[in-house]
Amino acid sequence: MTETNKIRSMSFSLILGFFLMWEVLCIMLNVSDLILPRPSEIAVTLWTRFPVLWPHILQTLYSTLTGFSLGVIIGVSIGVLIGTSRVAYGVAYPLLVGFSSIPKVAVVPIFVLWFGSGTTPAILTAMVICVFPIVVNISTGLATTEPDLEDVLKTLGASKSEILWNVGLPRTMPYFFASLKVAITLSFVGAVLSETVASNRGIGNVMMTASSNFQVSLVFAGLIVLALMGVALYAFFSFLESRVTGWATRGNDIAVT
Amino acid sequence: MNMTSDISAPATPLPATTVASRSNPVHARPAIELQDASVIFGKGDQAVTALTPTTLKMERGDFLALVGPSGCGKSTILRLASNLIQPSSGNVLLGGREAAAKELRIGMAFQNPTMLPWRSIEKNVMLPLKIVEPFKRTFQRDRKGAYRDRVHALLEQVGLKDFAGHFPWQLSGGMLQRANLCRALIHDPDLLLLDEPFGALDQFTREELWQVLQDLYLDRQPTVLLVTHDLREAGFLARRICVMSARPGRVISDRAVTMPQPRDISVIYSPDFVEMTQGLRELIAQIRK
Repeated sequence: MTETNKIRSMSFSLILGFFLMWEVLCIMLNVSDLILPRPSEIAVTLWTRFPVLWPHILQTLYSTLTGFSLGVIIGVSIGVLIGTSRVAYGVAYPLLVGFSSIPKVAVVPIFVLWFGSGTTPAILTAMVICVFPIVVNISTGLATTEPDLEDVLKTLGASKSEILWNVGLPRTMPYFFASLKVAITLSFVGAVLSETVASNRGIGNVMMTASSNFQVSLVFAGLIVLALMGVALYAFFSFLESRVTGWATRGNDIAVT
Repeated sequence: MNMTSDISAPATPLPATTVASRSNPVHARPAIELQDASVIFGKGDQAVTALTPTTLKMERGDFLALVGPSGCGKSTILRLASNLIQPSSGNVLLGGREAAAKELRIGMAFQNPTMLPWRSIEKNVMLPLKIVEPFKRTFQRDRKGAYRDRVHALLEQVGLKDFAGHFPWQLSGGMLQRANLCRALIHDPDLLLLDEPFGALDQFTREELWQVLQDLYLDRQPTVLLVTHDLREAGFLARRICVMSARPGRVISDRAVTMPQPRDISVIYSPDFVEMTQGLRELIAQIRK
């Protein structure tokens, strides 16, 4: 426990030191705030402009979470489908790899073309970008389930769906949650990306507008907001993971004794 | 070819055993019947014969141990009986019907305890009640009442009363095998299939669990088919021992163990018992050549 606390306080010091160094270097080298504003200036901007930023924060959060939820539903469905059937796995995998290797920036213009600028392309980008890691993890988890565990249920005369519910899916949960942590971060990137390109709302748009108006400290304020939101989302799913799949990380303090 | 005991009689007659009688059907329908059942994996040049046509019959309530050198098809017979694989030729009848008809309730335990790591011991043991008819019908209603009591009673019988709420990784190998036996028996199976269940345990734990299994068997009287490579385990627990030849396997010797049950663990040091296991050992040594 003291070891963990030590590491925590050290990583806090590192973050603090980073901003302190930034501040000091800006002052010493006399950097213009049009190039790189000091952290203290960014903090002031963040504070004074927060009422303006707030609706955009909600907008970005909305696009991210909606897209992410859709992505999870689609990803889990495809993952279960191809993870439980070796044939489907072999047939569908090349196409999925093809889709996943498309840089997602490239699909934003297509979504804009189809749905106009605004919330819809942001949601769709957030969705598309997070599907693949979920599919891969769900299908891998299911496909690598130990045959012994399945045999236990087969000898009892269990149906395929009973085996899936009682062995396949619980066994896949650690994979699933690992992929959620990656997916939520990607969704967030996707939503902001789309907002930057084609929207008049959201943090991405705020940064784009601020940048063209040379409100450099507002650009950085947006960046800080994004970083904080990203960390918060990651932390939330990390917490959820430890609650649900505690059995897979035995011996940690979360495990039930 | 006829697979009965007369093919390979033991070198010396064993006083404590008699050759099993095949022409005395006490029960009309045997629990397990293999009729010239064979198993071949793969096709063409890749084909591997796991079991040459074998005939084997087990009466209800019997305890049969299958012994033989490794790779002789012992586990294949068990997997046939549990309907995990289908015979390539011949028939496998359970309770007089095709194995797929699910005429008999089956409980099975492997050498690997295969507890589901995300479930507590109690919930692991309860699993068959969630899957097997008629228990599954009232599972939602009884899982916190009658079924829970049932699981606890069985866990108490094998000395795991205080570990119901623990997770599998918190238990030792011997404890996990106790829980494994409980899971195989919780739904009162007609047929208990055991695949070297104590193979990975140390000698003391193994002997302890022999007694646990013997008590459970005498208490419930299921039909038990035990695959093992431990001759003393076979002799201590079984009423009948079948020896299988090396690959591809077939049953070459079939004998009864007549010592009365329950047997005390000290019986394995008695001259009769030692002579019997010695005979089996020589037989297996011969077929390995």
